[in-house]
Amino acid sequence: MKTFPLGGIHPEENKLSTQAAIEVFPLPKQVAVFLSQHLGAPAIPIVEKGTVVKTGQLIAKADAFLCANIHSPVSGTVSKIDAVKDIFGYSKPAIIIDVEGDEWDESIDRSPEIKREITLSASEIVEKIKEKGIVGLGGATFPTHIKYIIPEGKKAEYLIINAVECEPYLTSDHRVMLEHTEEIMIGVSILRKALGVQTAYIGIENNKPEPIAKMKEMAAKFEGIVVEPLKVKYPQGAEKQLIKAITGRNVPSGKLPIDVGCVVNNVGTAYSVYEAVQKNKPLIENIMTVTGKSLGEQRNFLVRIGVNYNDIVAHIGGLPDDTAKIISGGPMMGKAMVNLDAPVTKGASSILIMKESEATRAQETNCIRCGKCMEVCPMGLEPYLFSALVNNGKIQEAIGERLMDCIECGCCLFTCPANKPLLDEIRLAKNKFRQMMMQQKK
Amino acid sequence: MMKLLNVSGSPHVHGPESVKRIMWDVNIALVPIFVVSLIFFGLDALFVSLVSVFCCILFQWLIEKFLLKKPTSISDGSAVITGLLLAFNVPSNLPLWIVAIGAFVAIVVGKMTFGGLGKNPFNPALVGRVFLLISFPVQMTTWPKANNIFDLAQAAAATDATTGATPLALIKEAVKYNDISLLNNMPDVWAMFIGQHGGSLGEVSAIAILIGGIYLLCRKVISWHIPVSFILTTFLFAALLNWMEPGLYVVKPIYHVLSGGLLLGAVFMATDMVTSPMTKAGQLVFGIGCGLLTIIIRTWGAYPEGVSFAILLMNAVTPLINKGFKPKRFAK
Amino acid sequence: MILPAVIVLGAIGALFGILLYFVAQKFKVFEDPKIDEISEVLPGANCGGCGKAGCRALAEAIVKQGNMEGLRCPAGGNDVAAKIAQIMGLEAKESEPQVAVIRCSAGCADAAPKYSYQGMQSCAYAASVYVGGSGCAYGCLGFGDCYNACQFDAIKLDPKTGFPIVDEEKCVGCGACATACPRKVIELRNKGLKNRRVYVSCVNKEKGAVARKTCANACIGCGKCAKTCPFEAITVENNLAYIDYNKCKLCRKCVVECPTGAIVAVNFPPKPAVDTTENNDK
Repeated sequence: MKTFPLGGIHPEENKLSTQAAIEVFPLPKQVAVFLSQHLGAPAIPIVEKGTVVKTGQLIAKADAFLCANIHSPVSGTVSKIDAVKDIFGYSKPAIIIDVEGDEWDESIDRSPEIKREITLSASEIVEKIKEKGIVGLGGATFPTHIKYIIPEGKKAEYLIINAVECEPYLTSDHRVMLEHTEEIMIGVSILRKALGVQTAYIGIENNKPEPIAKMKEMAAKFEGIVVEPLKVKYPQGAEKQLIKAITGRNVPSGKLPIDVGCVVNNVGTAYSVYEAVQKNKPLIENIMTVTGKSLGEQRNFLVRIGVNYNDIVAHIGGLPDDTAKIISGGPMMGKAMVNLDAPVTKGASSILIMKESEATRAQETNCIRCGKCMEVCPMGLEPYLFSALVNNGKIQEAIGERLMDCIECGCCLFTCPANKPLLDEIRLAKNKFRQMMMQQKK
Repeated sequence: MMKLLNVSGSPHVHGPESVKRIMWDVNIALVPIFVVSLIFFGLDALFVSLVSVFCCILFQWLIEKFLLKKPTSISDGSAVITGLLLAFNVPSNLPLWIVAIGAFVAIVVGKMTFGGLGKNPFNPALVGRVFLLISFPVQMTTWPKANNIFDLAQAAAATDATTGATPLALIKEAVKYNDISLLNNMPDVWAMFIGQHGGSLGEVSAIAILIGGIYLLCRKVISWHIPVSFILTTFLFAALLNWMEPGLYVVKPIYHVLSGGLLLGAVFMATDMVTSPMTKAGQLVFGIGCGLLTIIIRTWGAYPEGVSFAILLMNAVTPLINKGFKPKRFAK
Repeated sequence: MILPAVIVLGAIGALFGILLYFVAQKFKVFEDPKIDEISEVLPGANCGGCGKAGCRALAEAIVKQGNMEGLRCPAGGNDVAAKIAQIMGLEAKESEPQVAVIRCSAGCADAAPKYSYQGMQSCAYAASVYVGGSGCAYGCLGFGDCYNACQFDAIKLDPKTGFPIVDEEKCVGCGACATACPRKVIELRNKGLKNRRVYVSCVNKEKGAVARKTCANACIGCGKCAKTCPFEAITVENNLAYIDYNKCKLCRKCVVECPTGAIVAVNFPPKPAVDTTENNDK
């Protein structure tokens, strides 16, 4: 069975919510939609206080190359455009909408039938993806259409669909694959057409036998889609590792997947591409796993963007008393939340609730130079060396040891017997280096 | 809010590894050797080990408490390892005050001056041992005879006055006096394998060391690279010399592997994470270097035994090896 | 016996000598002696306060540029500037001595923290992970990046809160702490007359109500100070007041006026001198 060659770990899987069907989350009274909920520049609002909007109506327009349109997730009246605190507690501008009913934009096809025929041309598809504000749902929220603008002189040969879901706990991709198998396949076919490639590969880790069986069965009915079961190893879902596992190609340092003829999209993205292209529906909903060992019931919700996290927590009956950490995303790469009074953004895939015993970092001790961080690094880097260099302020030297190649998967910190904050130090160095570069440009 | 929420960067989970676990695993792996040393050297072995371990813990505690003024770290078990390894590297009839001096040098000079566990460039137990070897050469090379476990009556009668030369000392003497007949006193290979011969506490029994080594391998505390390359290089180099000049000057290669501290060094001391290279390739180079140096010192050096010096010398070049042997990068 | 040894060793010596000479010639790097001279007069702390990588880098930059425009050793102050000017054969320019000022009053220190941070003890990193223990997105985080950046031992950390305290005697105004602070809480201000300074000890740009929620001493941008100030030294922008130290005449009317106590006056005699004209005259 295929996998990537270097490093990797096997964290406890804890896929607790695989059996929970996706439930539609009830509409809240008010939503707040951040103007910046994707990688890149914030979108420019085209509504103002008092504007009446319908569900799916464009409310903020992409103005820069790296940017995505934002649509209203609800129908109602814009109450104001104001600073709202995000999950880290920082204020960011958002459009706040008071919900009134649920009237959808007429152009959106809400019928339950599956529309199989792909009528749009390749360029129309890309235009549609851009118009409907689709971003990558694998975590980075990279605007999807940009991946389909192939630079001059490059050629896409592989389309890879990332259904690995190697993060522990998360099950949103798992559920989508079970419940919307055919729509995903149509979505993949659409992407295949947009790229003009022969075959699309769907990589799924072998710990999901149910989705693999179902996807394989469905893929047989479609042309040029191969379901590729992969050996279970974290971080298989990282772009470079997935490309290596499926195609055997190496994306060199500082290059993009397209440089080796690959385009990678998340399986959730494929589903939203189906909805955008076939049903004209913009990206206004996320599938979110609400999970944790201390929760009695594990749930998967279909949540509108802009719903307050507090509403979700209230809906599941409040947080357990022993909650010590709340994470947006998976435990390996997710972000610790400090503010639950914050709206859900595009790409938010879970609320993970952790107990004290699980979530507390142990006391840091001296590095014993065991080299385990190096062994597990999927990029073949030396985290212990970065740690030493960064703590001595030698950031340039660390960059010379290819620090910027780090994909921040967290394997090093997960493994480190001395509990050194290795990834913290690497991230800090990355930030400082980017600042240095910016200053030099000035 | 109900409780203090924890905040940190990702990842939010941690694997089972910890420094404590690694160190106590090494201690567990040392148990068979300890048991065997009790069988062959009786209560003396117990006293030497106890004093050594106790002093190592005491010195570390004193330094952390009164000099560094920080919470003590003795529970991580590394001081116990140093104590045990130091005890295993000295003869069982060594006066206990010398053992205490060795423990002092090992912990204070070899480890704490550099900042404690993880920062020492040299293996602390070896620093202690080499210090003792140079300072107290007579006491350090007067070896008690091992009890004969197959003859209990004789074992009971044995007093600590009986001393015998180690196989390596015999070889050195044979070379020195150019008298091959001295080699007739060599123990047979089987006796050396189970530990029925003169030597330091922990280095006599190959089988006990191998059991400990296999345990460490299974627990992934060590990898095979250093022990195998170390032992294999010693064997091959000895075989080469033996083939070039058989007879007196060089002995059968198997004796080189089984005698002296080679196995103990290769499995427990050269593999010390702190002082050995990080990459597998670097570890192979490290092991080969140790093996070559061992035979060179044993054959042409002034001391009969060269393992300690070989490992210390290679410890010194470990940072260089780390610089030269980088892990395989992705896409390169 | 001796003669061959002498000849051989002599020959080897001569050979290496010649070799060394040619290598030295080949790899010779010309360096302006002024660089060495300037390096000599610089403090040698490599604090980075000048914006260069170290003292020698500053010396090189000055020699390369040929003048001292924009290149200055803040740690060395006017003395060093005069010496460098002498070496370069230039006219020295005097400038006002400065001191690092912490513009955060730790008003949240007594409040119970809401979050417990675990990870790298670095303000810059903690700031990228969350808003800070108090919930204030602008104030000091208390992990001591400024303390680590200071090469002159001029910053102490309050052991309880982790907030920095500047030792005015030792601070040379190099600004390394201000650069290190990810929240830009530290500002270099003129030392002022008799070391007396009036400044807004807050950098919170949040709206008044939000700012007040997290900190009792936050500047809420009410603008009372700006109205009171007779010298137009105070501006309010983004809900935050700022006192221009070049315009401030140290009258301290704003200090009394501020409803949250965000404006701080330091090094004034204990009894408040209400008579403002005294300071004006000087």
